[in-house]
Amino acid sequence: MIKRVYLVGNPNVGKSVVFSRLTGVEVIASNYPGTTVEFTKGYLNLEGEKLEVIDLPGIYSLEPTSKAEEVAVKLLNELPKDESIIINILDATNLERNLFLTLQLIEEGFCVVICLNMCDDAKHRGIDIDIKKLEALLGVPVISTCAVTGLGIKTLIERLKEAKPLTLSEKLTHQKRWQKIGEIVESVQHLSHRHHTLRELLEDASVRPLGGFFISLGVIYLSFKLVRFLGEGLINKIFDPLFFGPYKSLLINLSNFLGQKGFLHHILIGELIKGEIDFRQSLGLLTTAPYVEFAMVLPYVLAFYLVLGILEDIGFLPRFALLLDNLLHRLGLHGYAIIPVLLGLGCNVPGILATRILESKRERLIASTLISIGVPCVALQAMIFGILGKFGGFYVGGVYLVLFSLWLILGLILNAFFKGYSPELLIEIPPYRFPPLLVILKKLYIRIKGFLFEALPIVFLGVLLVNIFLYFGWFDFFTGLFSGLVKGLFGLPKEAVIALAVGFLRKDVAVGMLVPLNLTVKQLFIVSCLLAISFPCIATFIVLWKELGFKDFLKATLIMLFVGLIVGSLLNFFIP
Amino acid sequence: MRRLSLVHLKENQKAKVVEVLGGIGIKQRLLSLGIYPGRELTKISHFALRGPVTVKVGRATLALGYGMAQKILVEII
Repeated sequence: MIKRVYLVGNPNVGKSVVFSRLTGVEVIASNYPGTTVEFTKGYLNLEGEKLEVIDLPGIYSLEPTSKAEEVAVKLLNELPKDESIIINILDATNLERNLFLTLQLIEEGFCVVICLNMCDDAKHRGIDIDIKKLEALLGVPVISTCAVTGLGIKTLIERLKEAKPLTLSEKLTHQKRWQKIGEIVESVQHLSHRHHTLRELLEDASVRPLGGFFISLGVIYLSFKLVRFLGEGLINKIFDPLFFGPYKSLLINLSNFLGQKGFLHHILIGELIKGEIDFRQSLGLLTTAPYVEFAMVLPYVLAFYLVLGILEDIGFLPRFALLLDNLLHRLGLHGYAIIPVLLGLGCNVPGILATRILESKRERLIASTLISIGVPCVALQAMIFGILGKFGGFYVGGVYLVLFSLWLILGLILNAFFKGYSPELLIEIPPYRFPPLLVILKKLYIRIKGFLFEALPIVFLGVLLVNIFLYFGWFDFFTGLFSGLVKGLFGLPKEAVIALAVGFLRKDVAVGMLVPLNLTVKQLFIVSCLLAISFPCIATFIVLWKELGFKDFLKATLIMLFVGLIVGSLLNFFIP
Repeated sequence: MRRLSLVHLKENQKAKVVEVLGGIGIKQRLLSLGIYPGRELTKISHFALRGPVTVKVGRATLALGYGMAQKILVEII
């Protein structure tokens, strides 16, 4: 009796895309090994029966090498073989390498169905695979698919029930297995010679030091420009006009209706600034809260994830990792650690989860600590642009410079202090791929939906709580307690304590709370840095605890507090 | 035949793996990616200052850290 279907395959063969196709569950898929670090469940309807489908992190063999792989292999070792089907997904452009795991799975006695994915790309590259022959040689069903367009998925589902375990006489040694693979590939795969395409020339150039350097430089510059252009464009052309036009007149009516004061007015509209609603300063549930999230943060979140999604899907990120391998080794990491860092620039939570692609516990501790201290999430960055941008790029750049230097220095220190060594980089560089625009937009949609679902409740709840506290003056005791500290060390007014505390809920709300304080540019600069460094938001906090375990989590937290204190004081002391 | 490590192989040179030094862990990892004694590969590039080495094995492009590349001994063919 079959109850579950597992998707198993090498990293970056399109398991998550097949998973989405089979179950309709939306998951993030990209073009680099290690996008999936957890398993995702969904359901598939097979002739009236509901089967559970599980998407696993990619593995190269049944011997795991990273935490993400460990999770997958452990699960495979424990699953009841007679109740499960394994859909082994293969990249048709790289049949030989993919077959190693396939043979291992068949030898272990799993019910295997093979999904030969990316058949369209294989054809483009002049690779022709004889499916019938491959099926005969392996003894299990083989279905060719192109999951991005959905081609072949129906046949895959129809043929699932043909899966049955083979009884093989022996398990091969690794060497023998490769030999057998050689023979199989020799007889089923036919390569037609073609001239190098532009894509292949680019692929080649980007893994060479000089070419890679200039391509990366160009890509980063363009990405940055594009994020700013899109972010500002959305704010100026869409969100600001909406807020300052129809929405504001609506609120003015409401404000007048409420008599421009009182508890409810304080909660919903907030304080009137010079007799007017000020979206940045009023701090109401209907004024500042939606303005901060929709008109200041969301545009940049949209822009950032669009650009990140494109870079991910093209397959640029692993190439960037090559260039940074050397630098990151000095921080106790290796080049691939740049991927969690880049994801962390969007939101620290997926960034820290992505550290599972690193091999050792030590690397994960260093990477997670560095992400929570030196990598501001896009919501915080948007707000820093929002409040410091008007003083010129110098200050915004300054915050990045402080964080980046801190990231480097702290990395060097952590590498020296934590025991152990860093494993070497060993990754597969995926080919460049150009997915259809629809695929990129769909991923953007998943991420934006996730962002809104996670951020909005906390933002509104945060502003509500803060407003209630302010109304009744409950913060006074708290601010009094810490005022000496923030005044003496960081040169900030005592009200900044509230913002720093709110930063624990969400960074963007915290920055929003700073606006009414009329801080000097130096104070804004310091508090921006402090918010980035000191404490991660509660969501990051929880994931940090879960991923690192209590002991390492405590270490990371102490480092954060300590570094925050030092950097805040130093900045206050040295900036004129 | 002269043996040399992957680090000393020149760019665009073809070679055959003769030995992988190091523990069972690293051997397993490389093996599952298709690098094992007897296998042919082509070096693509080498990043300066003890940076990573990239090789083409079959149809896959792999990147290996400097230390790992040092442990792979090859013969030029």
